[in-house]
Amino acid sequence: APDTAITELQPWNQNLGDGVDVSPYGVPSEFEAHVQRKNVEWLTADTVSSINFTPLHELDGILTPNGLCFERHHAGVAEVDPAKHRLMINGLVDKPLVFTLQDLMRFPRENHVYFLECAANTGMEWRGAQLNGCQFTHGMIHNVMYTGVPLRLILEEAGVKTNGKWVMPEGADASAMTRSVPIEKAMDDCLVAFKMNGEALRPEQGYPMRLVVPGWEGNMWIKWLRRIEVGDMPWHHREETSKYTDLLENGSARRFTWEMDAKSVITNPSPQAPLNHGKGHTVLTGVAWSGRGTVPRVDVTLDGGKNWHQARISGPSLPMSMHRFYFEFDWDGSPLLLQSRAHDSTGYVQPTKDQLRVIRGENSIYHNNGIQTWYVNEQGIAENVEIS
Amino acid sequence: DQFVVDIPAPVRGSIVVAANAATEDTTGTEEASVSAEPMAEIEQVEMMLQSPEGGFSLGREALSEEVAAWDIDVRPDGLGLPEGSGDVFMGEEIYLENCAMCHGDFGEAIGRWPVLAGGEGTLDGEDPVKTVGSYWPYASTIFDYIHRAMPFGNAQSLTDDEVYALTAYVLYLNYLVEDDFVLNRETFAEVPMPNQDNFFMDDRAEVELGEFSKEACMENCKDTVEIVKRARVLDVTPEAAESDETQENAAEETTEQMAAAETTQAVDEASEETTDATDAIDPELAAAGETVFRKCRACHQVGEGASNRVGPHLNAIIGRSVGSVEGFRYSSAMQDAGGGGLVWSEESLGEFLTNPRDFLAGTKMSFAGLRDEGDVAAIIAYLGSMSE
Repeated sequence: APDTAITELQPWNQNLGDGVDVSPYGVPSEFEAHVQRKNVEWLTADTVSSINFTPLHELDGILTPNGLCFERHHAGVAEVDPAKHRLMINGLVDKPLVFTLQDLMRFPRENHVYFLECAANTGMEWRGAQLNGCQFTHGMIHNVMYTGVPLRLILEEAGVKTNGKWVMPEGADASAMTRSVPIEKAMDDCLVAFKMNGEALRPEQGYPMRLVVPGWEGNMWIKWLRRIEVGDMPWHHREETSKYTDLLENGSARRFTWEMDAKSVITNPSPQAPLNHGKGHTVLTGVAWSGRGTVPRVDVTLDGGKNWHQARISGPSLPMSMHRFYFEFDWDGSPLLLQSRAHDSTGYVQPTKDQLRVIRGENSIYHNNGIQTWYVNEQGIAENVEIS
Repeated sequence: DQFVVDIPAPVRGSIVVAANAATEDTTGTEEASVSAEPMAEIEQVEMMLQSPEGGFSLGREALSEEVAAWDIDVRPDGLGLPEGSGDVFMGEEIYLENCAMCHGDFGEAIGRWPVLAGGEGTLDGEDPVKTVGSYWPYASTIFDYIHRAMPFGNAQSLTDDEVYALTAYVLYLNYLVEDDFVLNRETFAEVPMPNQDNFFMDDRAEVELGEFSKEACMENCKDTVEIVKRARVLDVTPEAAESDETQENAAEETTEQMAAAETTQAVDEASEETTDATDAIDPELAAAGETVFRKCRACHQVGEGASNRVGPHLNAIIGRSVGSVEGFRYSSAMQDAGGGGLVWSEESLGEFLTNPRDFLAGTKMSFAGLRDEGDVAAIIAYLGSMSE
């Protein structure tokens, strides 16, 4: 029978649509309303100190739209009036300084695309496959282009004393988040950013300014940044002692595990994005990233790791940024065990979850970059599994 | 390809060395210098920004009062601890009033709020319980965190003496100090933190990077593959739960619409008789109240589907007996007031919200009170608009 989508007149073929200005900011098509950040309710006591997840299976390319960047707050979203926001530099500096947003925008600025991954991303999967969907297993990540001032220029303006070895960024929200960052990183590539993907930071991402700490765990990227203190030793505050330390099997714990190891995940097909077209030509795709550089190569397997194939990377390959990979193949309708494996520019190869468990045990919560497996059955339905 | 900017592992090695030096030997400075080499390739694309001679002359010098207002951080060596002191006894009173509703009377925690006490000897077991006593390496972190971020939703409202007292009490809950302990700048150094020596600097560079940088197998890598773990077994993915919920909601909606139709009729009939008796709610004032309610929503829910959280739900509060929401654990003060016949009217609720502890000594609500009369009126109008 002929396709009624062709033979019948559709409303949009005939009637006039909205004029300009109906949506002065602009929203996605109503048919995309399901593309949303989502939270896992049982994870936290209350949404004001919680996390939600980027819908990776709905996205393509490497940039995350601002409204879909996952959120993590410790005391809710601070609604900061930019006219009343200040950035203070104090501690071991020649001259403590105060900047307004306007002052900051008179410094030279740079543009960089970086991923921000929460150290706890995939943290619920240490003991085994738990959540059905890459949004929930891998969605504590986003990748956007930041516009900001190199932190080095701001620190140089205040003059760091020779015994200044650490900096402590602090947030203006009701959790007054703090972390200790070594001065080498602060002077190397950190930014004080005020734009994401070209527009002002979203409130939930730290408007009007946040710290960018390329390649390092997301908790250090202090939002609503109001102060940076320079000191001669780390502060050992809550987020670098009680939290964000990696507990090993013997009861000891790694601290200052800042860098995010190379990691990848197949976003399609995946449990929220089944292969629903039947057998035939299909496109497998996913994302890969490394806190230590670029990802020049990603391998994928369709048979649970018996044989691997090199995937095709498309789009910019930037250090400490997401990379997009594709693997096209003819699906014969038989079950698949899909995995991807990232190789970063240092030669590091993404390990299996079991390889990580041998060294770290199952209690570390943070920094799980193990290889993810999706089982796809004859109907094309995908499930989160672990394999031998 | 100008987009391919490949930098080798940037500054990892030198930073680890520097961090170790700073942690263990704060006088070591020589390792801190970082090679500029990794930046070389980036410079082909982007020039490294330089501060001009004498700086940009941006910002202004911070006044000492301004630095004092924001510089509240405390370090393990005691730097930053203010004058003052507090004892366990005083701490218990503050704790029961401000903290117990989330952290439990003995630090055991309510729901998924953080556990503060216990957990000794569990760190190398299957279910580690990380508390102040079992895990936290430094007592200074407790003072710093309480001071900057607690009580939750009313941060930085405690005096320095109160923070000392509360810190002493949390230490006491963990059997780290006796009940006659007085905490101040001097006694800080006496507090033993049992887990302090079980933290070590990130050693992934030595333990993992080599191990995970070996040649990856591409063909005939294993003979057999079996699924050993499945997420489906646990069924904790929100997606699945949600689709059930959506169906339930759809069913509920139909019933609700039917019920609503009946109610409207009943209300219409009733209002004919009582129009003059009830003051109509000013919608503008109620809208303003919704904004004021942001101060409350960390602990209270109101509206459709509202349930008890840290505080009871607030639907239909006006006209309700004090302490009467089913399933909520009220303070005995609140229960007694309700038992004595106190009802939430606009007047009594207004007085309570202006100064909760004056109005009802012994309430668990940690909120300090609304200073602005307009805010009180607005929030009462807002709550008055929220029926069952």
